Amino acid sequence: MAKISKGVRLEHISKIYRDPKTGRDFYAVRDTSLDIEPGTFVTLLGPSGCGKTTTLRMIAGFESPDEGEIFLGEEPINALTPNKRDTAMVFQSYALFPHYNVFDNVAYGLRLRKLPKAEIDERVRRILSLVEMEGMEARMTNQLSGGQQQRIALARALVVEPGVLLFDEPLSNLDAKLRVSMRTEIRRIQQTLGITAIYVTHDQSEAMSISDRIVIMNAGEIAQTGTPMQIYYHPDSAFVADFIGEANFLAAQVMGMENGLCRVSIDGREALVETARAMEVGQACQVVLRPEAILIGDKGLLPCKVELSCFMGSYQNYHVRAGDTLVKIADNCPINKKIYRVGDEAWIGFDKECAHLL
Amino acid sequence: MVAAGAQGKRLDRRKLFGDPIMVSTIAVLLIFLLLFILYPLATLLVDSVFSRETGFTLDVFTRVLSLGRFRTAFTNTLQLGLLTGVFSTVLGLMFAYVDVYMKVRSRVMKKLFDVVSLLPVVSPPFVLSLSMILLFGRSGLITRTLLGIYDSEIYGLKGIVVVQTLTFFPVCYLMLKGLLRNIDPSLEEAARDMGATRWKVFTTVTLPLLLPGLGNAFLVTFIESVADFANPMLIGGSFDTLATTIYLQVTGAYDKVGAAAMAVVLLSLTLVLFLIQKYYLEKRTVATLTGKASRERMLIADRSVTRPLTILCTLFSAFVILMYVSVPFGALFKLWGRNYSLSWVHFEYIFKYGGIRAFRDSFLLSLIAAPITALLSMIISYLVVKKKFRSKALIEFTSMLAMAVPGTVLGVGYIRGYANGIFGTGLLQGLYGTGLILIIVFVVRSLPVGTRSGISALRQIDRSIEESAYDMGANSGRVFMTVTLPLIKDSFFSGLVTTFVRSITAISAIILLVTPKYLLITTQINEFAEKGKFGEACAYATILILIVYGSILLMNLFMKTFGTSKKIREAQKNG
Ligand SMILES: Nc1ncnc2c1ncn2[C@@H]1O[C@H](COP(=O)(O)OP(=O)(O)OP(=O)(O)O)[C@@H](O)[C@H]1O
Ligand SMILES: [Mg+2]
Repeated sequence: MAKISKGVRLEHISKIYRDPKTGRDFYAVRDTSLDIEPGTFVTLLGPSGCGKTTTLRMIAGFESPDEGEIFLGEEPINALTPNKRDTAMVFQSYALFPHYNVFDNVAYGLRLRKLPKAEIDERVRRILSLVEMEGMEARMTNQLSGGQQQRIALARALVVEPGVLLFDEPLSNLDAKLRVSMRTEIRRIQQTLGITAIYVTHDQSEAMSISDRIVIMNAGEIAQTGTPMQIYYHPDSAFVADFIGEANFLAAQVMGMENGLCRVSIDGREALVETARAMEVGQACQVVLRPEAILIGDKGLLPCKVELSCFMGSYQNYHVRAGDTLVKIADNCPINKKIYRVGDEAWIGFDKECAHLL
Repeated sequence: MVAAGAQGKRLDRRKLFGDPIMVSTIAVLLIFLLLFILYPLATLLVDSVFSRETGFTLDVFTRVLSLGRFRTAFTNTLQLGLLTGVFSTVLGLMFAYVDVYMKVRSRVMKKLFDVVSLLPVVSPPFVLSLSMILLFGRSGLITRTLLGIYDSEIYGLKGIVVVQTLTFFPVCYLMLKGLLRNIDPSLEEAARDMGATRWKVFTTVTLPLLLPGLGNAFLVTFIESVADFANPMLIGGSFDTLATTIYLQVTGAYDKVGAAAMAVVLLSLTLVLFLIQKYYLEKRTVATLTGKASRERMLIADRSVTRPLTILCTLFSAFVILMYVSVPFGALFKLWGRNYSLSWVHFEYIFKYGGIRAFRDSFLLSLIAAPITALLSMIISYLVVKKKFRSKALIEFTSMLAMAVPGTVLGVGYIRGYANGIFGTGLLQGLYGTGLILIIVFVVRSLPVGTRSGISALRQIDRSIEESAYDMGANSGRVFMTVTLPLIKDSFFSGLVTTFVRSITAISAIILLVTPKYLLITTQINEFAEKGKFGEACAYATILILIVYGSILLMNLFMKTFGTSKKIREAQKNG
């Protein structure tokens, strides 16, 4: 692709809507700042109604921010209409033109740019081969399967070589299997072309698998930004920890710092845990543990009683009670291990690298 | 919190102004609507309370209100609207109920219903008055020739109510049919299950659910009836309504100011009814009947119920069709009432005296008005459904307002507003008496219908389809031409034909504005009927019906071949 892709910068963006029922104004997006490097794949992730679509539509220009400024590259674009912005959006409903065939759909943006016919043909052909849809040029869009429609929507957005690609839940209308293969496809194409992509989803495994960076949103605000690994293992807040995957929270108390590690006491038993922040001695805190990070065995840190034991294929799922806390455990490769039954007594423990302090 | 969305609104506005096509479209629209809908109506109001000599005064109103003629006309109008409204709604309900709820075996029945609901659309709104006179008048085929009644009196309230009911009930039938289809059958089945009789189910479930819809249908007919000019003119005899009184005040008494005051009264009446209908009943109708029926309805097959109702409907349909059929025969019989031998004399006569001109003028003016209206209403619906800007509410309201304005009122408004130019300054005076003003009247009269169907067509289109075109770099004009319009092509064509049909059959506003330079079919029919030359009037009406029916056939043919729905249907077949 000839063009250099552009970065996107949001500076203190807000969007205020009026609730049609109560007539009251509320922030759909509030004071959001974000810096997206050129060529990266950034995912906006969050529960329904948290403002992901609104943010994306402000970048595309369909909504105008009520506060703040949006930059595309170095250019402020608040006052530009969507057709003047160097963005291309892939919609959840695909939004293919039902009165055009595949070729005309993909060529639409190129024809607007008044390119010579030969170049249009060439570029459409190239992009269709990239999304593996050659030979379908003459089909009407309603003669395509969902996955094929999605590819055409992607091709139509890619062919104009936009500075930024925007996706609003592009895969949510597809079945689970197709979703997985399409997301790999999107990631592959994005990396081949080195294009900046902003992707909205509320499927966390989708976000994990394709993003360079994930932006977690909650109630109109950004809760945390980071790589998938950072977000997963080092959530900044209970919300993020709970939203991404499953998390166990163990109440603890800080005993002291030892060469970058934090010594905490859980139910009177001491353990070392990694932490990003300095903690004060005596402070109450929570140890965050992923289900697969907990080890269950005949000895360990804390005693517990098994309340649920369930074979899931690749792992054994346990719910155990340690003190008053319910702890969920995913014990991988159960075939090699001892299986505990409901009512059994056991011990749980964890490696210090896998735990995280909040 | 900042002042609610101030920056966002400012940016939205800047984006709007960054799009010159959009801005100029909105500007042109606003000017058109202001100039040709709001201004003439405002003129009427100003005219009737303000004069150059005395300033603000209620003298005109006092004078008009004290006219016995006017008072009678007012009560007559209300009486007429009420009767026509009730009869049309009840008849419409019966037809709709039979259509939706009854197991009707014969295909003929269904066909009959279709014909009955199509006839008023394809015929000028006053042909039934002609048939009424032909069949039941003093020399009527049924009254005199068959029954030997020599003093039959159909002129007056009775005649108008019959004619208006037959003309307007199909509208109620279509409206109520749509609503009945939306009633979830399980509601009625639940009542039936608990032991209610069919009649009980109808009165305790169906009817209450339908009540706002019935009110809606009643008011729509009421407005139509009150606004109707041609039927009371032809068959009213000495029974004057507001519409005819206004017309006579202009053409007979040469009292244009008095006519303006009367027009204000008539307009207030229809406007109030319209506002109730639009903002109160329409919403409630939607609220009680949400969404689609969940399942097919078990049709009533019980003979004791279906038989009487279907027979009633069939007889009725047959009667309506008989009424319409008598029009071409009225044109073909040598002398109705005396000499029932077939002859072309009436056709020959009209073509010898101005017939060709009338057809040419009517055809040409309507043909020009149709595409303008169709495009204009699509643009308005596009703006209303898809865009946000400040004057949007004004545009939507004004174009819908035209629905509530009786043609006669609009006609008087144009006379007062344009005869001496805008605000009496002579500006645009050249418009008055031209074909252009007739075209404008056609456009204004059909705009609400086109806009309404455009809006409902556009609501079906997923917003993101247009957004993606916009996003890829198309400006709003481009988006409209390459994406929106092709997607609502069907609605556009039917709008085109509907407008054409409405224009070529229009009379109420036109009759006040037309000058001898133009000869129009509808005014010719009116003229001949007034003179008692029913043969010629029928000849005109027959040809008019043929033209209209022809254009509708053409439209259906066109939509079958080129329509979007056809393309998609085919694609699905192949795919
Ligand atoms: N045009 C609008 N007018 C009023 N409120 C709106 C409008 N659009 C969105 N909202 C509200 O703004 C909030 C954020 O909406 P948004 O569509 O951005 O959520 P989302 O994160 O995309 O959710 P989802 O995952 O369900 O798509 C919601 O509370 C929504 O109801
Ligand atoms: Mg969304």
